[in-house]
Amino acid sequence: MKRRDFIQLAGLGTGAFMLPGLAMGRTVSPEALMEPGLDVSVKKRLADAALNAAKSQGATYADVRIGRYLNQFVVTREDKVQNIVNTESYGVGVRVIANGCWGFAAVADAKNEAQMAKAAADAVAIAKANSKLMKEPVQLAPQKGFGEVSWKAPIKINAFEVPIKEKVDLLLSVNAAAMQNGANFVNSIMFQVNEQKYFASTDGSYIDQDIHRIFPQFNVTAIDPKSGTFKTRNALSSPMGMGYDYLQTNPADKVTGITTRYNKGYDMLEDAISAAKQAKEKLTAKSVEAGKYDLILDPSHLWLTIHESVGHPLELDRVLGYEANYAGTSFATLDKWQSKNFQYGSKEVNLIADKQQVGSLGAVGWDDEGVNTKKWDLVKDGVLVNYQATRDQVHILGEKESQGCCYADSWSSVQFQRMPNVSLAAGKTPLSVDDMIKDVKKGIYIIGDGSFSIDQQRYNFQFGGQLFYEIKDGKIVGMLNDVAYQSNTQEFWNSCSKVCDERDYRLGGSFSDGKGQPSQSSAVSHGSSTARFDGVNVINTARKI
Amino acid sequence: MAIILSEAEAKALLQKVLAYSKADECEITLQGEQRGNIRYARNEVSTSGSLVNQNLAVKSSFGKKTGIATIDEFSDESFEKVVRRSEELAKLAPENPEFMSIIGPQKYLSSKGYFESTAAVNPDSRAAAVGKSLELSRAQNLTAAGFLENETGFSAMMNSKGLFAYYPSTSVNFSLTVRTPDGTGSGYVARGYSDFSKLDTAAATRIAIAKSKGSVGAKALEPGKYTVILEPTAAAVLLENIFFRMDARSADEGRSFLSKQGGTTKLGEKIVDERVNIYSDPLNPDLPASPYSGDGMPQKRMNWIEKGVVKNMYYNRYWAQKKGVEPVPFPNNMIMEGGTASLEDMIKSTKQGILVTKLWYIRTVDPQTLLLTGLTRDGTFYIENGKIKHPVKNFRFNESPVIMLNNLETLGKPERVVSTESERNYMIPPMKIREFTFSSLSDAV
Repeated sequence: MKRRDFIQLAGLGTGAFMLPGLAMGRTVSPEALMEPGLDVSVKKRLADAALNAAKSQGATYADVRIGRYLNQFVVTREDKVQNIVNTESYGVGVRVIANGCWGFAAVADAKNEAQMAKAAADAVAIAKANSKLMKEPVQLAPQKGFGEVSWKAPIKINAFEVPIKEKVDLLLSVNAAAMQNGANFVNSIMFQVNEQKYFASTDGSYIDQDIHRIFPQFNVTAIDPKSGTFKTRNALSSPMGMGYDYLQTNPADKVTGITTRYNKGYDMLEDAISAAKQAKEKLTAKSVEAGKYDLILDPSHLWLTIHESVGHPLELDRVLGYEANYAGTSFATLDKWQSKNFQYGSKEVNLIADKQQVGSLGAVGWDDEGVNTKKWDLVKDGVLVNYQATRDQVHILGEKESQGCCYADSWSSVQFQRMPNVSLAAGKTPLSVDDMIKDVKKGIYIIGDGSFSIDQQRYNFQFGGQLFYEIKDGKIVGMLNDVAYQSNTQEFWNSCSKVCDERDYRLGGSFSDGKGQPSQSSAVSHGSSTARFDGVNVINTARKI
Repeated sequence: MAIILSEAEAKALLQKVLAYSKADECEITLQGEQRGNIRYARNEVSTSGSLVNQNLAVKSSFGKKTGIATIDEFSDESFEKVVRRSEELAKLAPENPEFMSIIGPQKYLSSKGYFESTAAVNPDSRAAAVGKSLELSRAQNLTAAGFLENETGFSAMMNSKGLFAYYPSTSVNFSLTVRTPDGTGSGYVARGYSDFSKLDTAAATRIAIAKSKGSVGAKALEPGKYTVILEPTAAAVLLENIFFRMDARSADEGRSFLSKQGGTTKLGEKIVDERVNIYSDPLNPDLPASPYSGDGMPQKRMNWIEKGVVKNMYYNRYWAQKKGVEPVPFPNNMIMEGGTASLEDMIKSTKQGILVTKLWYIRTVDPQTLLLTGLTRDGTFYIENGKIKHPVKNFRFNESPVIMLNNLETLGKPERVVSTESERNYMIPPMKIREFTFSSLSDAV
C-alpha cells in the first residue's frame, strides 16, 4: 500500500487491517461502481489531445494513462460491521520524454481536451527543467503500436456485482464461527479492486484493459487473561486476480492435511473455524528450541520467501541502482548473470516470471507502457539466466524488446519497473507432501506467512509464519511457537532438496508490495508446490518485557 | 478555483454544502493538495512528477446509521448531489452499535505549519536544489540516488453542530543515498521541514558523502549483544512501533504490549527507563502539526510516557465513553525529550560500541513483546575508546524498543527526523543503549 494512503484502524491489535485515506479517491455508492467508465471513443479523443499537445511542446515520446480505479472494502469485527467503503478514483497521467529526460504530470477528474493538454505541457516542463541535470538521455527500446485493442481479466463473477449484504453476511458468519470455536476477537475484511485502464502512446497503441482482484482475509485472536498472553492466526487465503468466484468453494480446490489449505476456491468459513482452534492451541504450544532444522514450506508461506529473495533481487532497476535510495540494490549483479554459471539455487530450483498466468494478480494483456506480456525463465536448473525489465532499461540486457514489467498503481503515479508473477516451478518427479515429510528427521513444517524482513541487497532474511509443526523422524509430533528462520538467499535456495509435484501447486501473493518514491503499491502472485530446504537456522523469538 | 483555499474561502464553501443537508446530523471535510517531486539515481534524474488533487467528503447520519459520499469535482450541482448521496447511503446502512454523534464547536490552538517558501516551490527550484546535491557527489566520483518532494495542502471541516476547523500546511522531504562506484560504501541522509528555506541539500549531501566514504572496508564483528549509539534516524523506526500501539482498546482487550496479566493494562506503570519522556504538541516550532484530529477533536500537548511511566493511551470517542474517560485522539506529531549531549560526546564516552546510523525493513516479530527485526544499513561503525575505529558489516537485529529503552545509557539532543518506514516526521534524540541484540550478519552494503 502507498503508506500515506492508508490509515491503520486503531484498536485491532496485531494484523490490523488498513483503510483508505484521501488519495484512494472519492467514496461512492455501490451502484456507482457498476456505472461504466468513459466510452473508449471518448478516452481515445482525450488521449490524442494529450499526445498531440506533448508533441507540439517538444516531446519525442509521450504516453497517456486514463485510469478509473474502483475499490470496495467491507470491514467487520465480531458481530459488527465497522465500515463499508466504496472508492472511485479517476484521472489522467501523462508521461513524456523531452530533451532526453522523463517528465510526468497527473490531473484528477480530467474530462476535457484542455485539461489533457495542460497535463502534457506540465510534464514537458518538468522534463525540460530536469534535463539540465541529465548527462545520459533516456534510451527507449522500440515498441510496435498495437492499434485499438483490449484485454479483460477472465473472471466468472464480478465481485462488484455481488450485493454488499451477501458479503456482510459471509463475514459475519465467518466471525461468528470463529467466536463459537474459541476466538476472543476476530476482524475480517473483503477487499475488491477493479482497475479500468486506458493506455495510449505516440507509438500508435490504444489499449483498454479491465483488471479484477479480490482478497478476503481475517485475523483471529485468542487470549489467556490469566497469563496475559495472546496469539493470533491469520486467514490462509491468498489475494487473487479473480472475481467473487474465489469464494465459491469446491472440494477439488482443498488441500487436506494437518490443516486445510486452498487453491482457486477459498472456504472462508471452514478456515475461520480452524483458525480459532489453532489460535487457542498456540497459547500452550511448545516454544521452539533454536538450531538447524529441515524446513517443509507450504505454498501459503513460500510465496513470500520467493517474493523477497527472488522477485525483488531480480528487478533490473534495483540491480542498476535506481532504487538505491529506498528499496535498495541487489546482490544479483550483472556480472553474475553474465558468467552464465551463477548457482542461485540447487538443480531443483526453476524460477519463472509470468505476466500471463490465469488467476494471478499480475496477469494483464499489456503492461503500463504498451508492451505485450510474456513468460520467461529467471533461474533455470539453479542458474541465474534473466531479470525483469522495462523499455528504458532492457537494452542493458542486450534485448531488443521489453519484457513488459512496467506498472503504475494509479493514474496519479508514474509507471516504473514492477515485479511480474515469479513462481517456483513444480517438481518433475511425482512427490506428495506426506512423502516429503516421511524423510525428515528433525524438521519444521510451516504454513501461512508471518513476519518478514530482508536486507537492501537481498542477502540476509528472516521469516515467521502462521502455523509451525515439529517433525521428528518423519512424523508431525505437535505445534511449535516462537519460530523464525534466518538465512542467506543463495545458501537457502541451494539448500532446496525437493519440490512437490504440480498436484500441490498453488498461488500465494502480495496485495500491496511497496516500491518507489513516492512509494507505490503493486499486486503480484507467486506460485509453488511445497518445498524442502535442508539445515536452515531457526531462532527462538520469545522475549519478556 | 484555486486548489489551496484560504480559511474564508473554505468556510464559505463548507457553509454552502452544509445548507443542502436534511440529515439528523452532517459533517463535511474538505482537502486540497499540490505536490511535486524529483527522483534521481545513478547521478541522473529518473522519474519526476506533479500532482493536483482536491476532495470533499460528506458524512450524513440518521439515528445510528451513517453514510459517507465524496466528490473531487467542485460545482454547485455536484455539492447538492454529494449531500443527497450521503443521505441515501445512510438510510441504506446497517445501524452502527458504536455510533458516536458529531461534536460541537471546539477551540483549537493556532499552529503555524504553512510556509510561503514551500508553497512557492516549482520544477526549476526543485531541480536547483537537487542540482546542488548532484554536483557534490559527481565531483567526488560517487553515485547518488535521491528524492525530493514538496507538498502544499489544507484541510477543513464543518458540521451541523457548528464545528469549524481549518489548517493549511506545507512540507518538504529530501532523502539521499550516496554509494561508492565499487559498491563497497554507502551513506544516507534524510531531512524533513515545513519551511523549504531551511532545507540545505548541499549540507545534507556532505553528510551522506562522509558516511559513504567512511563505510568502505567494513569488517565483520560477531553477532551478539553490543552497546549501540542509535542516530535519531535509526531510533525513530523502532520507537514509532511504540507510538502506533498505544491504543487503549487493544490494551483493554488484552492484545497489546500494554496488556497485563489478569486482564488489566500498564497505564500508570513504569515500562521504560525514568529518563524517557515522550509527548505530542501541535505547537512544537520544529515540528508543527494540525491542532485537530480527523473527527474534530482538539489536539493539545499530551504526555504519553513521562519519567518512564505510561501516562496516556489513545481512546477513541466510543471507547472513552464505554470506559467513562475523556477521549484522547491519536496525536499528529510525537516528540521524545533528550539531553544535551551531542553525538560526538556520546561517541567520546563510549569504550566499546557500535554507531548505527540507519535501520531498514523493520517488522514486528511478536506483538506481545514488540519484538522487532530489521537490519542496519548505509553506515555502521565500531567505536573503541571514544573514537570511531572502523566501519563494520551490517547486522540483523531482533530487539524490542521496550527492552531497549530499559537499557538506556544516554540521551542526546533531539532533532527532526523522517521515518524511513512510515515517512512520518518526529523529534527524536540520539541514544546510547546497552545490550542491543544483533542476531546475524548481512553481506549487504
